[in-house]
Amino acid sequence: MSRVASVALHTFKESVRERVLYNLIAFALLLIGAAILFGSISVGVEEIILINLGLSSISVFGLLMAIFIGIGLVSKEIERRTIYSILSKPVYRAEFIIGKYLGLLLTLAINTAIMTAGFYVALFYQKRSLSLDDLVVLEAVYFILLQLALVVGLALLFSCISTPILSAVFTFCLYIIGNLLNDIRWFGQETGSALVEKGTAVLYYLLPNFSNFNASAQVAHGESIPPYLLLANSLYALLYVGILLSASILIFEEREFR
Amino acid sequence: MLAVETHDLTKDYPVGFFRKRSKRALDGLSLRVEPGEVFGLLGPNGAGKSTTLKILLRLVFPTSGTAQILGRELHDVSMHARLGYLPENPYFYDHLSAGEFLNYAGELFGLEAAVRKQRVERLLERLGLAASRDVPLRKFSKGMVQRVGIAQALINEPELIFLDEPMSGLDPLGRREVRDLILELKAQGKTVFFSTHILTDAEMLCDRVAILNGGRLQGCGDLREILRLGVAATEVVLDNPSPAILKELSPFARSVVWTGELARLEIPEEPDVARALNVALRLGAKIVSLNPVKMSLEDYFLARIEDAPGTASPDDLAAVGRERRGAR
Repeated sequence: MSRVASVALHTFKESVRERVLYNLIAFALLLIGAAILFGSISVGVEEIILINLGLSSISVFGLLMAIFIGIGLVSKEIERRTIYSILSKPVYRAEFIIGKYLGLLLTLAINTAIMTAGFYVALFYQKRSLSLDDLVVLEAVYFILLQLALVVGLALLFSCISTPILSAVFTFCLYIIGNLLNDIRWFGQETGSALVEKGTAVLYYLLPNFSNFNASAQVAHGESIPPYLLLANSLYALLYVGILLSASILIFEEREFR
Repeated sequence: MLAVETHDLTKDYPVGFFRKRSKRALDGLSLRVEPGEVFGLLGPNGAGKSTTLKILLRLVFPTSGTAQILGRELHDVSMHARLGYLPENPYFYDHLSAGEFLNYAGELFGLEAAVRKQRVERLLERLGLAASRDVPLRKFSKGMVQRVGIAQALINEPELIFLDEPMSGLDPLGRREVRDLILELKAQGKTVFFSTHILTDAEMLCDRVAILNGGRLQGCGDLREILRLGVAATEVVLDNPSPAILKELSPFARSVVWTGELARLEIPEEPDVARALNVALRLGAKIVSLNPVKMSLEDYFLARIEDAPGTASPDDLAAVGRERRGAR
């Protein structure tokens, strides 16, 4: 087994033994269950309510897990000095960072799969049947996973340079800003100031654009996501994660463990 | 090929938050460790022992100077496959059991599953952890964690083992076991490089020692040479000598200590020993024994720490011994 896979599997094992993870999954499943209740009091739009609330639950709880586990990925190893026994073995620092990233991503993918399964159970309970058309929700879930991949990348980067609390604050702020980037750019264009317009354009291209990944409303109305958007968002996430991981590795390569 | 070689290794750490200054943790350390020897890095707390080990393991980077391990440069991480390292006050993953952690360590060395299984079992057995193999590490005592740390340092059967304060946190039995283990590793032809501030451990284990103080090398050499050359006095033991005999011998002796019926006279000057013996025999004293009072490692250590706060050059061993004899 490669060292990256060893570190990834160890990170996965560490994450799944965190009790907070189970609490979050339980809450997410409860909320998805509660969506049935909300749907039942919303005549005619039960399914839309269920899909919207279900996807929001998967997204929010996935985000919480990504941030709260992600911010400790590296800083906890340094703080507890477990890093000494790992880096004194024939493990390159880049392998450690990539392994940590993939380990948490695996954890999030499995948790998202569990929450998605819970969502389909709730959908089946409400509709008393499931059809192939319902699989369109998986496209939105895939976008949520891409968002989480970006969030883990951000959390990991901050984890290499800052304390867990600051890392959480930075990651969360960037997530919020990233969701508002389309609006920020529109605002810049509307001001009529060339400087503000350029400034917002820089932010738009520089920061991770999370709003591109929001497809809940579309799939809730049964609309499929166009293949080009699936491809474009996948490539965007891949490229951005690549940049975040490269930056994390560069910083971590220079890091000293006193 | 040397096991470890350092040239003018220096490390400055930045200190201060607003006004950054640098604090020198290690100052021009030059060392040579031969393969197959047990080498002790001694020094008080803050002497630079852990910094030296961390530089060698690439956990911190030297400000200047160079070092090679097993003939390879420090940046060559693949060389770590031939090393073992026990950090000072180790801490491992709470959520893993000892068996799981050792297995993980084996994975990082790229060991096959069957080999890992066999080595994990053997090390757990050897370090007295077999009964606790499935207990989470968070429930381990400090001494047990230290044993796990030693086990993970040996999982790859390394040629060179770095141990940072290996006896720390161990009870007397545990210390004895670790001492035996180090001697066992030496018998297998492995090089052991360990840091300690417990001098008795070093005295029992080391072939050679280096003494660090304030980041500077105060002395380095063969321990047997240090102790052999450092004969500080001769002890003449007499069986219940009369006050008249003691009075005759008092000009030669530095001190007289009574232990029951025995009087122990410490004679500092070598020529005086023969004179004192002649006097004792002439007066009919019963001589029980004649023992050289060797300088202990502690004496040597304290002498280096007290005498040479500023110099950084390694001492020649013989010179150290002669220097001590000359001082008598």
